[in-house]
Amino acid sequence: MSSEIVVERGWLAPDLAEEHPGLGLLSCGSAIASASAEPGVRARLESLADRLRGARALELRREPVPAAYRVFYRHIGIDPDVTRTPVEREVLERLLHGGLRSRGRIADARALAVLETGVAVDALDEVALAGALGLRPAARGERLGAGAGARPLRPGRIVVADGERALYELFGALPEGVAPHRRTRSLRLVAVQVPGVPSIHVEEALWIVREALGH
Amino acid sequence: MSAAATAAVAVPHRRTAQDEGRGDRPRPARDAEREARRSLRAQIARLDAQLAAAVAASIPDGGIDTAVPALDGPRLLALGELEALRDALAGRVAEAHDRLAARARRHTAARAELDRMLADPAANRRRRISLRELGEPGCGVWQVRPHRGLIGMLLGWWRVTLSSGCP
Repeated sequence: MSSEIVVERGWLAPDLAEEHPGLGLLSCGSAIASASAEPGVRARLESLADRLRGARALELRREPVPAAYRVFYRHIGIDPDVTRTPVEREVLERLLHGGLRSRGRIADARALAVLETGVAVDALDEVALAGALGLRPAARGERLGAGAGARPLRPGRIVVADGERALYELFGALPEGVAPHRRTRSLRLVAVQVPGVPSIHVEEALWIVREALGH
Repeated sequence: MSAAATAAVAVPHRRTAQDEGRGDRPRPARDAEREARRSLRAQIARLDAQLAAAVAASIPDGGIDTAVPALDGPRLLALGELEALRDALAGRVAEAHDRLAARARRHTAARAELDRMLADPAANRRRRISLRELGEPGCGVWQVRPHRGLIGMLLGWWRVTLSSGCP
């Protein structure tokens, strides 16, 4: 099991960097041996679920890291009480279903990271990426996805992009072609650092996912 | 956790909607707007924290409305949108504080009522006050009941009891 992790800091469009000092996109590579859930990760999820109660769900938004993501959501025009932050979504899932259901190896690893650190990690198919990742507003005429399933992006929407194209909307779902699939063996783990959240939390989240995937 | 190496990467330039809207304004105007935006973001952060505190304080009653107008993010908000969001949040915080203050007044009144029941049970026969009305956790109920049932009722032996109340 390797403990080495090389975290890359992505680029930021000047407008975003000026508007949100402290915003960042951190990523690291990770291999995945199998798509099936790993028993150790499931056990850790169950242990976490046992510690989550209703009162914690309401108090969560006052904790520094979840609060920073809530505030950033507001700053970019997302209402966190309508579109929940990832950590609040996971905690609500626990309350609604009485536990944290296993949803596969990658999803379980991501859930573990967000519940333990408050920082969400996206897992991208490394093969689908071209060049370094970063954050920028979408340009006029850009689309998300490829082929018939591609959908237009409104200019100005903040996207995670590589050197060639917009990959997905910030905090949005991964489109087909970017999300890992059954044959994916190499991942790029991506986490958004928002103002007020120290890098160590973001790196810890990446490390948890990487470790849970078998490194 | 192991030491993590980080590397910065150059930004690929694309002309965006923000680029097109920014124009060539004079630098003092840009600086003033930047400062105004920074101040609004700080106010929004403070108001969100106050709203979160109000939601936590409203337990177990709840009922704090946190909804604000949708802004169709994620995107960079215009100055006017940040102002509108700040104003909407300020309105929600004020409503939340009013609601919590009204609830505190009800709790104080209920506490005074309980004190009267405890001081003179016979004068407050059959009166009931739940822990919820007092703002306390649990589903118990304070109530004035006759001591020893029918005999107490006939002889005017009244006392205050706390039932567990929970099903």
